[in-house]
Amino acid sequence: MASINDIRAAFPYFSQGPGATGYVYLDNAATTQKPFAVLEAMNQFYIHSCANIHRGVHRLSQSASIAFEDARGTTAQYFGVNNPQQIIFTSGATESINLLAQGLAKSHLKPGDSIMLSVLEHHANFLPWQEWAHAHQGTLKTLPLTSDFEIHWPELESHFKSGIALLSITAVSNTLGIRLPLEQIINMAKRYGVPVCIDAAQLAAHQYMNLDTLQPDFLVCSAHKLYGPTGTGILYLAPSWLNSLPISKTGGGAISKVSWEKTEYVDGALRYEAGTPNIAGVLGFAAALKKLQQWDLATCEKHEQQCLNYLEQQLIQIPEIIVYAQGKPKIGSLSFNVKGHHAFDVGSFLDRYQIAVRTGHHCTQPLMTHLNVSGTIRVSVGIYTSQDDINAFINALKKTLVHLLKYHA
Amino acid sequence: MPETPELIAETIVQEFSEFGDDWTLKYEFLMEQAIHLEPFPDTYRLDAFLIPGCQSQVWLAVERTENRYHFFADSDALITKGMIALLLRVVQDQTAAAISATSFDYITKIGFHNQLSPTRANGLRSMIQRIKQTVV
Repeated sequence: MASINDIRAAFPYFSQGPGATGYVYLDNAATTQKPFAVLEAMNQFYIHSCANIHRGVHRLSQSASIAFEDARGTTAQYFGVNNPQQIIFTSGATESINLLAQGLAKSHLKPGDSIMLSVLEHHANFLPWQEWAHAHQGTLKTLPLTSDFEIHWPELESHFKSGIALLSITAVSNTLGIRLPLEQIINMAKRYGVPVCIDAAQLAAHQYMNLDTLQPDFLVCSAHKLYGPTGTGILYLAPSWLNSLPISKTGGGAISKVSWEKTEYVDGALRYEAGTPNIAGVLGFAAALKKLQQWDLATCEKHEQQCLNYLEQQLIQIPEIIVYAQGKPKIGSLSFNVKGHHAFDVGSFLDRYQIAVRTGHHCTQPLMTHLNVSGTIRVSVGIYTSQDDINAFINALKKTLVHLLKYHA
Repeated sequence: MPETPELIAETIVQEFSEFGDDWTLKYEFLMEQAIHLEPFPDTYRLDAFLIPGCQSQVWLAVERTENRYHFFADSDALITKGMIALLLRVVQDQTAAAISATSFDYITKIGFHNQLSPTRANGLRSMIQRIKQTVV
């Protein structure tokens, strides 16, 4: 089992980057720092086997192709998927959802259909569906949640009965850190034949997932939130959708035969990966996933949980602080505000006190409207976050309050 | 008649020089500027006067009297509002020619050049653009 110090030693951020001078990074829900192993894997590719994949007979192309497909295998195994072909590499969760939305628009979705999303969605899992709905007289419905963010099951069931063409929801709110009960939601959706897409951009960085067991229809996530490089991500397709989801991106590498009259596409993941993929990014992603398995993400999550619980306990003792979804279990992130003060002002002072947090609407404006706030301050932890980091944050926040409370917004 | 934008900018640079590298003093000064900014008339609190930004909302309106321009501004974030107050001090009640010719280099001199980067995180550049466009 790796200690926090072992894990921190694997990230250049702490020895060579801003962390070396004490800058505390608590914006992991936006992106994570990268371990040496990821940088090394990408470097190795560019130095020793830089070639395009699935195209050449020469040894460089062959070794790059093998490494790329090995990375697919590593990714599939990490997500508990037996068939690696169900893992499609994309540029990230945003592209994954766009590919899915455009693909479904060609076959599955009919004009006037209803798509259900939750109020917690990141804009990435909101805008592609809103675009579709606007263009096809579709309706966006809201996953019925109580004021305490619990599922209203009877209402959800009646929505399913009346016909929902797709349910696309986040596993964990990137703003509040609360988790939706995916297992029960998917079970109910399956009873009514409603396909489910899971945005795992946040959850995948904190918990192992077994997709062969969970059985969503689709799942998306980004490598950069999982300690991997930017510009890489996945779209998971359930077996029934693989090869039947229409292609929305065409080009080289995805075809078996092209003529003026007709093109035949290959089966499997490559069908959806037209053009040269982010090969170095994919190799870096696989390196990140191997490190997470080596460190054991499940153990890391317990530690992250302790940090978040400790953070919440500290925050609720400060009278000027409002914690959102207070008392609810959180994964990765916690949002709060200082009464009477704008998140931007709080974040600006925190930055000067060597703390990186995210302020604003976190690309979740429908949720901000729901909470009736213009923004929040979000603290998000990663596998390298220590209790000292949380203490540094609390100290900086207390100093910030001394400045802010002299003024009224 | 206000002083020229150049002279006002010099005064601001002078004021900030007293804070040295102490960011807390700079931010407190900004918040001080913010709370003393002329109240924003409710009649202008419309989307048409809103400068879009990811982090905080900024309103900017202008009234023209003869050949001089009088600005009103507001923001929901005090530091942002303080930055606008610093911009307005320089251009307030100036002529179109003076405003168009105004250099906002003093923002860099007082150490807020990061706030000028054309990112979605802040709207200082958009504010300057809006001020200049208003008087064209």
